[in-house]
Amino acid sequence: MSITLKNLFSKNVTLLYPWEKTPISPRFRGEHALRRYPNGEERCIACKLCEAVCPAQAITIEAEPRKDGSRRTTRYDIDMVKCIYCGLCEEACPVDAIVEGPNMEFAMENRQDLVYSKAKLLENGDKLEPTLAERLQKDAPFR
Amino acid sequence: MSEIKTITLTIDGQQTTVPAGSSIMDAAKSLDIEIPHFCFHKRLSVAGNCRMCLVQVEGGPPKPTASCCFPAGDGMVVHTQSDMVKDARKGVMEFLLINHPLDCPICDQAGECDLQDISVSYGSDQSHFAEQKRAVEDKDIGPKIKTVMTRCIHCTRCIRFATEVAGVEEMGATFRGENMSVGTYVESALQSELAGNMIDLCPVGALTSKPYAFTGRNWELIKTPSVDIMDAVGSNIEVHSRAGKVMRIIPRENDEVNEEWISDTARFSYDGLYENRITSPLLKNKGKFRAIGWKKAVETLLPKLDNKKTIAGLVGDLHAVEDLFAFNAFMKTTLGSDHVDARMNGFALDGSYRPSYLFNTTIEGVDSADAVVIIGSNPRLEAPIINARIRKNVVNRQMPVYMVGAEVDLTYKYKHLGDKPENIAELYDGKSAISKELAKFEKPLIILGADTLGRSDGLGIYKEAEKLADKIGALSSNWTGLNVLHNKASAVAALDLGVYPEDKGMDLGKTLKALEKGTVDTLILYGDSTHVDAEKLKGAKFTVYIGSHRDAYAEVADLVLPVTPYTEKDAWWVNTEGRLQEAKASVAPLMNAKEDWKVFRHLSGELGKPLPFNSLEELRAHVLKKCPNYKYNNCIAPAEKWVSIAGADKLLKKSFVETVTNFYKSNEILKASKVMTECAESSLNKNKAMRKAG
Repeated sequence: MSITLKNLFSKNVTLLYPWEKTPISPRFRGEHALRRYPNGEERCIACKLCEAVCPAQAITIEAEPRKDGSRRTTRYDIDMVKCIYCGLCEEACPVDAIVEGPNMEFAMENRQDLVYSKAKLLENGDKLEPTLAERLQKDAPFR
Repeated sequence: MSEIKTITLTIDGQQTTVPAGSSIMDAAKSLDIEIPHFCFHKRLSVAGNCRMCLVQVEGGPPKPTASCCFPAGDGMVVHTQSDMVKDARKGVMEFLLINHPLDCPICDQAGECDLQDISVSYGSDQSHFAEQKRAVEDKDIGPKIKTVMTRCIHCTRCIRFATEVAGVEEMGATFRGENMSVGTYVESALQSELAGNMIDLCPVGALTSKPYAFTGRNWELIKTPSVDIMDAVGSNIEVHSRAGKVMRIIPRENDEVNEEWISDTARFSYDGLYENRITSPLLKNKGKFRAIGWKKAVETLLPKLDNKKTIAGLVGDLHAVEDLFAFNAFMKTTLGSDHVDARMNGFALDGSYRPSYLFNTTIEGVDSADAVVIIGSNPRLEAPIINARIRKNVVNRQMPVYMVGAEVDLTYKYKHLGDKPENIAELYDGKSAISKELAKFEKPLIILGADTLGRSDGLGIYKEAEKLADKIGALSSNWTGLNVLHNKASAVAALDLGVYPEDKGMDLGKTLKALEKGTVDTLILYGDSTHVDAEKLKGAKFTVYIGSHRDAYAEVADLVLPVTPYTEKDAWWVNTEGRLQEAKASVAPLMNAKEDWKVFRHLSGELGKPLPFNSLEELRAHVLKKCPNYKYNNCIAPAEKWVSIAGADKLLKKSFVETVTNFYKSNEILKASKVMTECAESSLNKNKAMRKAG
C-alpha cells in the first residue's frame, strides 16, 4: 500500500513522446549524414572503407577523379532499410565524413525514399553539423 | 656439361641445398621462408637498395646482411627471425615511412600495397621523426600511368624495368639521398608498349594506373582468369570486374608465355569494351540504323540466306575457337557455301600442315635459341611480349639478331640485311660472309611476319625462308626454328579449323573481286578486320555484320547483329604457338548481345538444318574431333616431323613494309578505346617533336 501511495504522488515516468523526448547519448546511432569541412569541402574521399566494413552491405559507392584531380565519390548511397545501425561505417571512416546522427525520426511513406543518395546525406550533414561536431567532441576522449 | 656445384646451408634451423651462385633470398625461397623485400624482383637485376630483406648470418659480419644480394655459402647458418633481424627491419621500415605520406585512404594501391602489408608486420605505431615530410612534384608520364612521386620509396624497380625489359632508357633517378627523384629526365610520355607493367612492379602507390584511377578498390573486384586477344601471344590476364563491368586488367604469371608482363594494349583497352558497342540488332533504313528486336532481325535475315543465293562470309580478327568453328559449320553445312575466308591479311598458306603456320620454337624456346633472323616483321609492335623475350636474351647472352625488312626500332641492336625478299637468298647462298656467319649457329630461330606472308608473293617468301631454315640448320630433328609470328588472336585457330575455302569456294581475293562485279547476293561479315578497307566490302546485295563493335564494317551493312567480345564469354583461344588456353567469362553479355555460337546455332535451327550442338560442352567436343591437337589444353602439342609444303611463287621486288602502323588502334576494341586514342596521340606527338628536334 505504501508503494502504491508513493507512486501515486511521484512524478510520472511516461513521456508524451512526440512532445517530450528522452535525452540521448552522443553515441546514439541514428540517421546518417555526410559532413563537410568548415570551408565547405566535402570530407568524403571515396576510400570505400565504410562500404567494405558494412555488414549489411547497405552502402554503395562509385568514385572517379574530380576535375582538380582529387578523389571523390560520384555516388554514395545508403539503403536505410538494409542498414542495421551498427555504426561501423562511422568507425571505419578515416576523415569523420560519414556519421550517424541523433535523428531517429525519418519514417517515409515509401521505401524508395529510404535509399539515401549523396545529396540527401550531405543535406543531413549541413543541417545537423553543429550538433554532429559537438557529439564527436564529447565522445573524443573515449575513442 | 660441367657439373653444377651445389651449396648446403641452414636457414632458421632448416637445411637446404641450392646451386652455387644463389643468393640467400633464393635459398630461403626454396624453403618457403618469406623474406620481406621491396626492391628485389625475380625478373629484374638485383639492386639491394631497400634494405628490407636483412638477415643475420652467423660467423659473418657482425651486422645484418641484405639477403637479396648476398651469395649463399656452403655451411652458412642464417637467421631470418632473430631479434637482431627484427630490430634491423623495424629500423628500415621506420626510415621508409619517414617520407611516405599517410594517404592510404586515397591511394589506389591500398589493399595490394607491399609497403602497407609489410608495415603491418614490421612497422611501429609511432615515428621518431617530427620534422617536415618531403614532398616531390608529380610527373606527367603519359596517359597510361599516374604518378604520385611523394609516395616513392626509391626501390628503382621501374627504372630497372624500363632499361632491362622494356628497353627504353627513359626512366631514371636524379639527385641523391633525400632529394632523389625518380622520373623521366625530360618531362615526356613514356614510349614503351610495356610501360603498364611498371604499375604492377611499383611496390607502393607511386605509379598507378591512370584509367583505373579511383574507380575501384582491389577488395571489391571479382577476378576472372582470361586470355588477352590484342595480339596473338595469348598473354595470360586476369580480368577484374565489379557490378558487371570490367574495371581493369592485370597479368597472370605464366613462364611459358608472358612471364608476368602484358602489353599496354592488353592492359588499358578495356574501356573499349563499353564504347561504340552494338547493344541490339540494327536494321538500316534509308541509310540510317534503327534498333530492332532479335526476332525481327532473324526474320529479316532468313530469306537472305536462301540456298540458291551466292553467300560469302568474311571472318574478322578477334574470334574464339568455338565461335570460328560454329561459323564455319554454319556457312559450310547449313548454308552450303564454301565462300568463307578468315585470312583477312591474305595469308598464303592454308591449314593443311600445322607447323607451317605456327611459332614452332615456342615462346619459351626463344630462351634456348642462339640467333634470331626476323623476316618482314616488327615483333615490337606485333608481339611486344615476344620482343621482350628476345631482348632479354640479347641483353643477357648477347644473342645476335638479324633482320630482313623495314628498319625499325626493336629496342635492341640487330644487323639489318636489306628489306627486299631477294635479300633472303643472300643469307643462305654459302658465299657471302653473312651466310657463313649464320651457318655456324646450332639453334637459329627464324621469325616470319604473318602479314608478310599475306603479300601476293607470300608463298614465295615462305619457300625462301624454308630454304634458309634448311640451309642454316633450323630444321633439325630436335629443333624447329622456322616460325610464323601472327598478330591477330584468331589467326591460328582459323587455320586449324579450316575457316577458308576447302573446296572450290572463293577466298578473300576472289570475294572482293566478286563484290566489285556485284555477283554476291549476301555477304556475311563476321567481325571487323584492319586488313581490308570497309570501302571494298560494299557491293553485295545484302550485307549482314555480326560483331561486337559498331565500326567501319558495321556501317556498310544492312543488318547488324550484336555478339560478345572476349570478356563476355567462356572461350578457348589459340595463340601463335598453337597453344590452346581457356578464358572464362568475367561479365555477362552487354544488353542484347548474344554469345556468337548461339547466334549461329539459332540461325541454323531456323533454317531447318540445325548444327549438331546445343551446349558449349557439345560444341567443344566437335571442335576436338576436328582438331585433336586441342586436347593439349594450356600446353604445346608434340612437335611433328617437318614436311615441306609444295608450291612455288615468284618473288616481287617490293620491299617489306611495316604492317602494324598504329599499334594502339589495331583492332575494333582498341579503336573504340579512349585511352588507346590518347596513347596513339601521345606517341604521335612525341615522334613529331623528336623529328622537329632532329
